[in-house]
Amino acid sequence: MIDRRNFLKYAAKGIAGMSLSFAAIDMLNPKKLFANKSEKSPVRWVFLVDTYKCVGCGMCVKACKKENEIPYDANVTRTWVERYVITKDGKFHADSPKGARDGFITNKIDLGLEGYKDIKNENIRKAFFVPKLCNQCENPPCVQVCPVGATYQAPDGVVLVDRTWCIGCGYCIMACPYGVRFFHPKYRTAEKCNFCYHRITKGLKTACVDACPFGARMIGNSKDPSDPVTKIITTERVEVLKSEYGTKPQVYYIGKDEEVR
Amino acid sequence: MVHGEIWTLKELFVTPNEYIYWSIQIVMYPFMTGLVAGAFVLSSLYHVFGIQQLKDMARFALVFSFALLFAAPMPIILHLQHPLRGINVMMTSHFTSAIAAFGIVFFSYGAIVASELWFLYRKHFVETSLSLKEKKDKNIIDQIKFFIFCTLTLGVYDISEESLKKDEKAIKLLAGLGIPVACFLHGYAGFIFGSVKANALWMTPLMPVIFIMSAVVSGIALCMLTYIAVMEIRKLLASRKKTPYQMYQSKEEIKSVEIHVVKITAKYLLFFMIFAISLELLDLIFRGYTAVKSWDVLRSVIYGRDFTDIFILQYGIGNLLPLTLFLLPGLTLRRTVIGALLVLFGVFMMRYNVVIGGQAFSLTFAGYMHYRLPIIPHDMETLKEGLVGALSIFIMPFVLFYFIGKVFPIFNYKDSH
Repeated sequence: MIDRRNFLKYAAKGIAGMSLSFAAIDMLNPKKLFANKSEKSPVRWVFLVDTYKCVGCGMCVKACKKENEIPYDANVTRTWVERYVITKDGKFHADSPKGARDGFITNKIDLGLEGYKDIKNENIRKAFFVPKLCNQCENPPCVQVCPVGATYQAPDGVVLVDRTWCIGCGYCIMACPYGVRFFHPKYRTAEKCNFCYHRITKGLKTACVDACPFGARMIGNSKDPSDPVTKIITTERVEVLKSEYGTKPQVYYIGKDEEVR
Repeated sequence: MVHGEIWTLKELFVTPNEYIYWSIQIVMYPFMTGLVAGAFVLSSLYHVFGIQQLKDMARFALVFSFALLFAAPMPIILHLQHPLRGINVMMTSHFTSAIAAFGIVFFSYGAIVASELWFLYRKHFVETSLSLKEKKDKNIIDQIKFFIFCTLTLGVYDISEESLKKDEKAIKLLAGLGIPVACFLHGYAGFIFGSVKANALWMTPLMPVIFIMSAVVSGIALCMLTYIAVMEIRKLLASRKKTPYQMYQSKEEIKSVEIHVVKITAKYLLFFMIFAISLELLDLIFRGYTAVKSWDVLRSVIYGRDFTDIFILQYGIGNLLPLTLFLLPGLTLRRTVIGALLVLFGVFMMRYNVVIGGQAFSLTFAGYMHYRLPIIPHDMETLKEGLVGALSIFIMPFVLFYFIGKVFPIFNYKDSH
């Protein structure tokens, strides 16, 4: 028969022994594991858009839709081109019909419900095109607001979406100041540009970069000082979109006008 | 068809992916949680602060709050693109998101309401189950009832004076605890909107407070309405002399109690309403005065496109008119009913103007989006996120209330609480 003293003694020893062995088992945090495995990523993907070179042909949009299987006729797109026209009377006009998938083939500005507005060439003070895509922000608000963690930032800076886990609440769409997110018409989950992650991680360029006939789009690694994109970003005057939101966007623009929204 | 395309009309410069993604169900969501929180706060006014005049209303409001509680998460379920994955929020909560804690807050609040109800009705459960136990040759309905009430006692049959005193203490504690949780549940709904920095209309720290105040207003109004409706039915029954109730026999007696309770409740309604309106106006004035970059487009929406929705429907018909109705001396039941209905409408319009109004302008600040509510459904999407979906969410708590009222009797029940 075991007495109380011995019972307590053995119990204390047993618990101490067990806790020692259990201490070896750590709760695995997937994020930590990923970070440990890949350590500090030697890559930070950045994008550079030279608006002076863009002619609004829409090749990038076409290529993107095909590459990333966004239904061709659906009125959503991962990348798009905007046209800005400022007339001599100081008025501002802008449009992006079908995301400029078919290019800008007329002078008529698409005003949505209000129809089209024809602007004569001689009335134009300045006009230019601005391609848009996900800014892969350093401080992404979409990742912050996802209630289930279905959207996350990879160590190389690209923000990705897990289609198998997204619940489709739309909070990330609301949180993005750039309007790059939408619901995929087929999968009904949040969808966005991911710099063609399946391509860039294999050493290829993004579909839009490859499709651009004028070299208006460039992708690079900001952690590599010899990267041509990094060289331009660090030595020339470039700008980002809507820096006031504190999102630290990583798509840089050459020739961004103050009218660009 | 892209989600949102069917009810969105674009005007001027709107980027390709912009649609009204948060539609009528997201209007219903803060509206319903607001009613829950409001009804609970009303019941706590009696239980915690001992405002005796609200005694009759308090039990009623608590049971109604419980019925509303089940309807509160329904709009979100109907809104989700993948409703079956909704449970993921509980499984991998990503706590930097304002929505992530919804499940936790909601269930803790539900637990508080349920336990408060249990303490309040424990005596009733015990008495009913004991009387059913003694009853000989029970029919099938009696047997089901016996089973339900036996389960509800949770095996505790002690209804001595002493233990009932303890119950009362527990109720007070739970009601006290419930007020901050109810406010949190709803202030949190406000935070979901107020923290979206990309939306110029939503982003204000006042949002949670505005939401709480209007929540209490709407909760009180709905309780008043339902209370009056139930009392009217009882009056009708009393006049037919078929009443099974023992508390108030004659029609006149019921009427005097009714108007008394309504008048007291109306005072609290007014108090919270003035708070709510002041905060909303403060927000509006502040935006106009500071006039940051987004003000140009906000002004054109607030004073132009949505003028009718905001100033006529919300502030005029929804706030000013009921305020006048309640403030005029000699409050009658009919006026209360009209006033309370208008208040509910006003709060609904406030939610509508926040949720839909916040998406009425483009991120470019140079374009607009118009919302067209799908009335006749022709597919799942227009059924869920259309008039039919919204109305069924609104009707749901009343149906539930009927059934819950069978288990938690509201009027023919005398006790010390």
